[in-house]
Amino acid sequence: MNDVARQRNSSKIVVRNLNAWFGKTHALRGVSLEVPENTVLAIIGPSGCGKSTFVRCINRMHELVPGAKQTGHVLVDGQDLHGRGVDPVDLRRRVGMVFQRANPFPTMSIFDNAVAGLRLNGIGGNLAELAERSLRQAALWDEVKDRLHHSALSLSGGQQQRLCIARALAIGPEVLLMDEPASALDPIATAKIEELIRELREALTIVIVTHNMQQAARVSDATAFFYMGELVEHGATEQIFTNPREPRTEDYVTGKFG
Amino acid sequence: MKSRASRRAVNWIMTGLCGLGLVLALIPLVSVLWLVVSRGLAGLSFDFFTALPAPVGEAGGGVGNAILGTLYIVGIAALIGVPVGVGAGVYLAERGGGRAGDAVRFTAEVLSGVPSIIVGIVAYGLVVVPMRRFSALAGGVALAVLMVPTLARSTEELVRLVPGALREASLALGVPVWRTSLRIVLRTALGGILTAVLLAVARAAGETAPLLFTALNNQYWNWRADEPTASLTVQIFNYAVSPYQDWHDKAWSAALLLLLLVGALSLMARLLARNRFRVRR
Repeated sequence: MNDVARQRNSSKIVVRNLNAWFGKTHALRGVSLEVPENTVLAIIGPSGCGKSTFVRCINRMHELVPGAKQTGHVLVDGQDLHGRGVDPVDLRRRVGMVFQRANPFPTMSIFDNAVAGLRLNGIGGNLAELAERSLRQAALWDEVKDRLHHSALSLSGGQQQRLCIARALAIGPEVLLMDEPASALDPIATAKIEELIRELREALTIVIVTHNMQQAARVSDATAFFYMGELVEHGATEQIFTNPREPRTEDYVTGKFG
Repeated sequence: MKSRASRRAVNWIMTGLCGLGLVLALIPLVSVLWLVVSRGLAGLSFDFFTALPAPVGEAGGGVGNAILGTLYIVGIAALIGVPVGVGAGVYLAERGGGRAGDAVRFTAEVLSGVPSIIVGIVAYGLVVVPMRRFSALAGGVALAVLMVPTLARSTEELVRLVPGALREASLALGVPVWRTSLRIVLRTALGGILTAVLLAVARAAGETAPLLFTALNNQYWNWRADEPTASLTVQIFNYAVSPYQDWHDKAWSAALLLLLLVGALSLMARLLARNRFRVRR
């Protein structure tokens, strides 16, 4: 058995010496880390430090940007994402993503949004049942069950974001990437999303990018601090916030810069 | 610092100037409408919509064949022009970054500036000469050529307006790029594109010059695409340049009819644009 196959048991996501570029900008520099199954990894760091680029490498969205390039390895379930026979389209069904700004499809109803991934990918099944399940998972069902066929845009910002989470969950991903999912939301909506993340951890592996350090402390098992494209420190969340090894981490989490 | 009174005065003057501009802009519009309605309304009868043109000196007669012909020719034009124009627009917006895209964009720009009579000559050379006859098809081709550039550019603009976040959302759900373009991007822009299509059709319906030596004219009913075909615009032209008062009156009525047709299409376009983001219940 080789090294790669052995990772299957311990870690859901393995990143080895990942480098990423936008044109000539070197956005990620030799990042290596692992995310165990059913845990939440929070990525913190100042703007432009490569947090978003990092998560976008895990579902191969990074390569869609013109001029983007990357080296190194990202493995999900021990499978190299850039290995032969890996279709990015299939991969993205296993690794879901939620964006900073809620982006429901404006031409679709709440129901249609929830099952959009199933319909667009031609996945059959009982759509009504699947829609209810994913909307319940996203803690949105009770608020929308009486108006499933209203426009998705009739929802509030926080509800729209939970709808986007439901949409991502409906296709049954194993990993959920969240790129600052609550940064455009008010505190109550944020609290709901955070509660949701803690619940979803039972079924999924989650990587969440956040600007909000309290949020990272509240929802994550492990935290990674990025700075200028480098992974400065990665460890248990409690350790990062109470006893960081690196002075730069300490400066950042105590608010000296960033 | 200016006094409050003088600022208020400037405000009044500027508002007044804007109002004056509005009135000036409305004068030609209203007078055209008024003239066409007042001269044309009397001639509108049931016969006018359904009957064939009557010979000179004979009372009655209508432009039924010209109404049908206009719809027929514009239908052919839409059938050819809409897929090409919208397709080119989607290509430009989604893939048109490179040299090929620039070439298409430049061509569309040049083409949209070509006078319509020249497009008519092109259609004459392309369709009429090889077929050795004037035909509805030739007229349709000419109008299609006129529709394509504007449709392509407006489709491109509308598709570009679709937020990139929606494209990303779809791709992140594991939807292939082509299906994302079709089912999400195009679908989101569809309301606007339909509006653009209707406006292009309305414009095409009002063209005379490209039809003069393509569809020509016909005094009888015609259902065949390879026969000369009457159209409202050419009929108006023929009636208007004739020396007979009766035909002049008919030209006014036909003009009113054409105005109503184009107006109805524009109105539909407006309504569609308004309902763009409303989800069906």
